[in-house]
Formats: sequence, C-alpha cells, structure tokens
Amino acid sequence: MIAELGLAALWLAAALAVLQMVSGAFALKGAEGAPNSLAIFARPAAVVQALLAVLAFFLLLWAFAITDLSIKLVATNSHSMKPMLYKLTGTWGNHEGSMLLWVGVLALSGGLLAAFERRLPERTMGATLAVQGFVGLGFYAFLLLSSNPFERLPVPAIEGVGLNPLLQDIGLAIHPPTLYAGYVGLSVAFSLAMGALLTNQVNPSFARVLRPWVLGAWVLLTFGITAGSYWAYYELGWGGWWFWDPVENASFMPWLAATALMHSVSVLAARDALRTWTIMLGVLAFSMSMLGTFLVRSGVLTSVHAFAVDPERGSFILALLGLYIGGAFTIFALRAGAVAEGKRFSATSREGALVFNNVMLSAILAIVLLGTLYPLLTEAFDVRVSVGPPYFNPASAIFAVPMFLVMAVGPLLRWKEDKPARIQFEVALVAAVLIAVISLVTILGDYPFLPVLGLGLALALGVGALLPLRGRKLSRVPVATYGMVLAHFGVAVSLFGMACEGAFTQERLAAIAPGGTEQVGDFAVKLESVTPVAGPNWTAIEARIAVSRDGGEPVILSPQARNFWSPAQATSESALLTRWDGQLYAVIGNQAEDGRWQIRVWWKPFVTFIWYGGLLIALGGVLAIVGRVRVDVKRRKAADMGDERRADIEALDAAAPVPAE
Amino acid sequence: MRNRIWLWVPLAVFAFFLGLAGYMLTQEKDQFVESTMIGEPLPDFALQPAFAGLPGAAKGDLVGGGPRLLNIWASWCLPCIAEAPQLEALKEQGVEIVGIAIRDRPEDVANFLARHGNPYTRIGSDAISEVQLAIGSSGVPETFVIDAQGMIRYQHIGDIREDDVAVLLAELEKAQ
Amino acid sequence: MNRAIIAFLLALLAIPLAAQDTMPPAPYAYNQLDDPALEAQASELMLTLRCLKCQSQSIADSDAPMAGDMRHQVRSRILAGESPEEIRSWLVARYGDYVSYNPTISATTWPLFAIPVLMIVLVAGVLLRRLGKRRDAAEDAA
Repeated sequence: MIAELGLAALWLAAALAVLQMVSGAFALKGAEGAPNSLAIFARPAAVVQALLAVLAFFLLLWAFAITDLSIKLVATNSHSMKPMLYKLTGTWGNHEGSMLLWVGVLALSGGLLAAFERRLPERTMGATLAVQGFVGLGFYAFLLLSSNPFERLPVPAIEGVGLNPLLQDIGLAIHPPTLYAGYVGLSVAFSLAMGALLTNQVNPSFARVLRPWVLGAWVLLTFGITAGSYWAYYELGWGGWWFWDPVENASFMPWLAATALMHSVSVLAARDALRTWTIMLGVLAFSMSMLGTFLVRSGVLTSVHAFAVDPERGSFILALLGLYIGGAFTIFALRAGAVAEGKRFSATSREGALVFNNVMLSAILAIVLLGTLYPLLTEAFDVRVSVGPPYFNPASAIFAVPMFLVMAVGPLLRWKEDKPARIQFEVALVAAVLIAVISLVTILGDYPFLPVLGLGLALALGVGALLPLRGRKLSRVPVATYGMVLAHFGVAVSLFGMACEGAFTQERLAAIAPGGTEQVGDFAVKLESVTPVAGPNWTAIEARIAVSRDGGEPVILSPQARNFWSPAQATSESALLTRWDGQLYAVIGNQAEDGRWQIRVWWKPFVTFIWYGGLLIALGGVLAIVGRVRVDVKRRKAADMGDERRADIEALDAAAPVPAE
Repeated sequence: MRNRIWLWVPLAVFAFFLGLAGYMLTQEKDQFVESTMIGEPLPDFALQPAFAGLPGAAKGDLVGGGPRLLNIWASWCLPCIAEAPQLEALKEQGVEIVGIAIRDRPEDVANFLARHGNPYTRIGSDAISEVQLAIGSSGVPETFVIDAQGMIRYQHIGDIREDDVAVLLAELEKAQ
Repeated sequence: MNRAIIAFLLALLAIPLAAQDTMPPAPYAYNQLDDPALEAQASELMLTLRCLKCQSQSIADSDAPMAGDMRHQVRSRILAGESPEEIRSWLVARYGDYVSYNPTISATTWPLFAIPVLMIVLVAGVLLRRLGKRRDAAEDAA
C-alpha cells in the first residue's frame, strides 16, 4: 500500500504542477489590479502539491524504516539488520530516493513561497509560480518516467542488498540533504528572477522578496560543502580536504554563483542598481545546480566506475537543463534589454566594491567551470588531459586575491559615493597587517608562495572584517550587519586554516615495529601495539598509537585498516587528535615483510579552522536572514496596523451620518 | 545605449556546452590510458624469473628473430584468467609470448600457470611495476607487439577477446 | 549528491579485494627519503602526478598499488639525483600529458591559459565600464 500511495501522491502532485503552471501563466494575461479569474488556482495548487510531494517522500522514508523488501529500491539499497539511522539515511543514498528528496524540497519551497509571499504584484507572482511549476513538472516527469522510486518487485526479496558501507556514516545524514536543499533553494531564486523578468518588475521590492531565498540556499550550500569537505578529509585517509575533483567543483560552482547573487541582490534591494546582472546571476546559480546534477549523474566526467554511469538519466537531465536554462537564457536575451538600467554609482562606493567582488566571483566561477569541463572538451577530440590543483589554485588566486583585498575594506565604504580618504586609516591598517605578516613569514622560513600570500590575506581580512563594528554602539548594530561581519570573518578564518595547512603541515611516513617511536612536529608518536578487531560487517587491524606532545601526557589514538566483506572493500579509518592549534592525523597501513607496520602521521596546524570558518560563514548567513526577516516582519506589522487604522477610520466615516451638504 | 548583442552571449556559451555534453553522452567512454611509447624502442630492463619453471626476461630477449608479444599480467588479476585461452591460441599459431608478472609471488605464478596453461617462453617478475611504468602500461592485462629491432609497435589494453586474436596476428605480421 | 559521494569515495579509496595483489609495497611507496630537502622535492612532484588507476587523484593521495609504485619511482629517482622535471618528462613520454596535473602550454592545453587571460581583459573592461566613469545624480534617471 505504501508504494501505491506514494506513487499516486506523485502523479497527483505532477498534475497539480501542470495546474500551477497554466494558472500561473494566466496571471500574465490579466491587467494589474484586475486579476485573471483563472489565475487564482496557482497558489493553492502549489501548496497542495507541496503536501503531496512531501507525503511521497515520507512514505518512501517509512518504507525504508520498516525495510519493505517488496519495493525494488529498498531491496537493492537497504538491509533489515542495518541500524535505524542508516536505514533512514539510506533513503537518499541512491539515485531515485535522492531525486524524490530533491522534488520534495522543490515542491515544499514552492508551497512556502505560494503560501506566505504577499509582497509581489500578482502578475509577477503568477509568472514565478508558473516557472516553478514548470521546473517541478520536469522533475516529476523524470521521477515517474525513468526513475520511479516506488517500483515493486514481482516477488519480494528475502533480504536487501545493503548500503555501501562507506556511506554508513553520519556524513550521509548531513551532507546530501543540506546540499540538495541549497540547490533547490536556488530554483526558487531562478523562478523569482524569471517571474520578475517576464513582468518587468526587477526592482528593490522584488530583491527583498528574493533575498531570504538566496540567503537560505547559500547558507545550506555553505554548510553542505563544509560538512562534505570534512567528511572527505577524515574518510579518505590521506589528509586531503579539497581535491578540485569534478564532483566537488559541481557543488562549489553553485556556491560561487549564489555568493555573487547574494551580494548583487543586496545592491538591488538597497540601491536599485545591478538589475540585469542580478537576473543573470539568478539564472546562472540555478543552472550551476543543474549542471552539477548532470555532471555527477550522467557519468560524462566520473565514469571510471560503472555505478555512476547512466547515459539515459544523463540525457534526461541534459534535456531538462536545455529546456530550463536554454529557455531562461533565451528569455533573458530577449527581455533583459527592456529592463531599465538601474541607478548609477561611483567606483569608490559600497556598490562599487560589491560590483568588483561580483565580477571577481564570476571570474573564479568561469575558471572552475573551464577547468572542470575542459577534459570533456578535449575528450571529444580523443585527447586526455588532467586539470587539477596546480591549475585551479593559481588560476583562481589571480581573481581571489584582489577580491579578498577589496573585501577587507569594501564594507567600510558608503553607498553611492564615498571619498577614499575617509577610510585611509583602515586601508593603511589592513595593508600594514598584510605586509607585516607576509614579510614575517618569508623571513622565518621558506614556504610556498600561495600559502604565504593566503596567510597574509587571512589576517588582513580578519582585521578588516571586524572594522565595520569599530566606533559603533554594538547594541545598536543591526543583526544583519553582524551577520555580514561574522561571515566575512569566517572567510578569513577558513583562509587562515587553508594557508596554515598548505604551508606548515608536517608529514611522517614510516615503517615502525611495535614499541618504536617516530617524531612529527612537536609530537612523539609511539606505536604500542597492533591488534585485530571486528565490527558488524568488517574486520580490521587496529593500531594503538601513543602520542605525546613535547614529552607531555600521552594520548592514545586508534586508527584502523578495515576490510568490509559486503561488498568487499578496504578502507582506512583515520584517527584524529584535535588540539586548539591543529590536528594530528594518523593512519595505519600494511605490514611490511619484516613485521614492521606502515604508519602515516600528519601534524596539520590550524587545519580545523577551515571548517570552523565554514561554520562561521553559514552562521553569518543565518544571522543575516534573521535580521532581514525581523525587519520585514516589523515593516509588515507597521503596514498592517496602518491599514487597520485606515480601515477603522473608513468604517467610522461610513457609520457617521452623512454630512448634509 | 547598451549593446544587446552581449545579452546573447550566455545563451551561446550554454548552447555550446549543451552540444558538447550531448555529443559526449553518445560517445562510448573509454577509460584506457594509452601508452605514448608506441614507435619507441623498448627501454632497457632485466627481470628475475617470476618462478622456477621459466627464465626471467630482459630487453635482449625481445630483440632479434621475429616479432613477439610482451604480455603484462598477474596471477591476482581476474581478466588475465579470461584471456588465457586466447594466449594459448596465439602460442599455437607460433607466436612467442614473453610475460611480465606484476607484483606477484613465485608460488602464485606457478599455481596460475598450472591451472590456466602456460603460453609463455619467459616470465620476468616485476615486483614494483618498474618495467610496466617504463613502457607506459597502466594496468593488467596489457599486451604489446615488439618487433625484431625491439621497437614497441602496438598496444592492446585489457584482456584479449577471441576477435582480438586476429588483430594481434595482423599486427605481428605488420611488425615483420 | 549522494551518487556523487558514492562515486567520489569509491573512486578514491575503494580497491576491490578480488583484484588486489598481496605483495608488500615498493620500498619508497610509503617511506620518506631521509633527506628532508629531497623528500620535499619528491612530495611536491607527487602531488602533481596523476594516479592512473584512480579518478582525479594525485599519486600522493592514493592507496592504489600502482600509485605506490609510482611514488617509489619518484623517490628513488630523486635519490639518484634526477630533477623533478626530468622525472615528470620521463612519465609524460610514457603516458602523455594526462599523467601530469602541472599545466604546460601545448597544442591541446592552450585554451586553459588563453581563456583566463581573456577573462582578465574582460574583467578589466567590465570594471572600467561600470566603475570607471563618474556620473552625477542628474544622470541617474534610467
């Protein structure tokens, strides 16, 4: 029953998406103030559709929870003896389930938009809902026609195949759903941008409607990427936290676009400038989300492994991509010329700084996109090339360095026009920090160029990020400003972590016998013993490593080398020792012929700051949302009270005897 | 006035990507890294015997006489089992096959040959993939055609299927 | 993104046991050179060489046996006095540009460099156009 109910809910939701699309489109025909009578169905359709899609997702979740083995998806991806947490997270640990999650979040955000957003003109809202319905429809079609999650087996399976052991990690519970929600949040930004473009309503009030969605999506993307990076770091066993792998880039590109969009939306909301540019970014951000989905699922780039390759799904997503993004760019080309140019501003102004950073972010995005897709291009000519960190790091630094510099002082500038002389003290301070740090580090040792530059920029930016609070009464600073300060400071923290990891990491790879000691950084690492251990679906050898810093009290670390048997896979379980100033990362390897064990140990100073920074950035985003929404709610309340008073007065007037005139 | 041509740029870039991605989806994706040593002389090497039954292999053993096959394999490699009958067939056609066993132990090599047949005249043991790297091979099994002058003439990546036998024979013919 | 994660994790660290040898790794696969200066050279080089059996991973981050053997080649050649660039070209002669992450300008990679340069020009152009001209409020009317 569960499966049939879920499937029925999905079909119904798809039908409602059609209704939402058609009804929303009728809104465009009506004149403002005299809404088309057919346009009234769009909002209810979106709300009910949201309920149905969410219901379908929960039904699948339920099927996974009770391990209903008559459903093909459950049988091929779950197992009755798995812990409940992994049963639940296994729901989206596969293609169909994750697409259902995607559709569920898409419908839910459409429903929220329809239910609560009252500020937009009806025509714009209708167009937005029509676009949202259109996007939803494509994904319903994808699910129902080619990836039905509720497909039944002719005969129920006796036992499930189980979930890939590597995915049985808390990381799967956090990383994919947040990234997804972020991707999908950008779909709302996309629909709103198209709605505003179609009805020529690109103005500050539109920007204020758009802003929470962009901020929300951006927070989720930031958090999702941060979590994913840490997950890869501790899972992969070599201490790497970012590889510029196509899959990682697929999540980074929407983030870059969303970051640019978030800033340009602010300019549009505050100053009514950057109209066309904001619309362009709205389309771009969502197209990057879809592009990522395409790259990852079609297997055009990551197809060494058979499980990722499915050209049929790939062509379906490519068709959707062509339809939505191609359509959006066409409409953009046709209509953007009609959008009046926004307000002008001078180069030394808040807008000027934001434009600069927007352009730099877009350039970085272009570099990442180029580097990611370039192998695809050469393969069309049967030439294989490798594009990796040695390309991405310097190429993106060309644009990131000026961006960080402007970012350190930009928030100090006033809107519209400012005199550079007014902030000369702050500029001098930031420059002094930058130069001092770089020269100090260069004198102290011979380190690679980019990390040293990064270190200087991080500290300068850290100082610069806090400067907007200087000389202000802290209790009177708006919450959203705190959000910005925190997010910018988070960037500095993260950059500091990356630079330290790049410049000061110490590595020790060695074969040692039990009882032997190796030195890495300030740490004496002693291999005490190696013993076999067993888990529910793996066996492992576990090392006991006593680590003591500068002769201090030893701490025991227990890295493992695991062998899973279903499916047969070997993994390294790293052991981490976290200190305030860094992390010790230990991995146990093979046993050499002579009985010694291979161990690898890294001391990574301040590496944790990379992810602390990521969390600060996300938290800053949350504060910004809270601040904006509070202001909006206050404003709406004030407006409502005004309306009420006016209504009261009118009522009084009506009740009063008609003056004899 | 703004130049409206610019507004079409995103669409043009996107259309280009769409075309490329669509084209690549239809293409068979091959994962093989081809050696760029084809047409180059075999590098110098001398390997110990992989097990007691056959002599080891050195560059000198592949120079002079006629063209030969150099088969990179290992006892732990499953596709190597699949290609054993084809190697046997090639041997019956009078082809001399020199083997290089990658990261292998003598007892495992002997077991493998006892079970799946022995088409080789010599097998060198390459415990650290030294020769494999030197000739630009990136996996097991791979088979190279070496002509009488010790030049690498052809590379076959992956296990040899039945219809590859004729291809290899033709390549050997070309290398005469 | 979960497919992504599966692909990503499996590509990077899973080695099917069925197709793995039991031989110990080459001497310098997991052991550093004694001279820290030489080791630094080697590790810098290893980070820019592609593991041919993995998906987008350098040989410095991989447990694949072949990556280990490549690390051994790099370290032992450095120890024998070869320069990192000699080793890189030795490998490129065998596997083509694919083996090296270090970008070099060639007939197949020039757009990777041309496009960023073009972008710098474009970025400068856009910034000059948007920010270069000063306009007063009177011109604001769009």
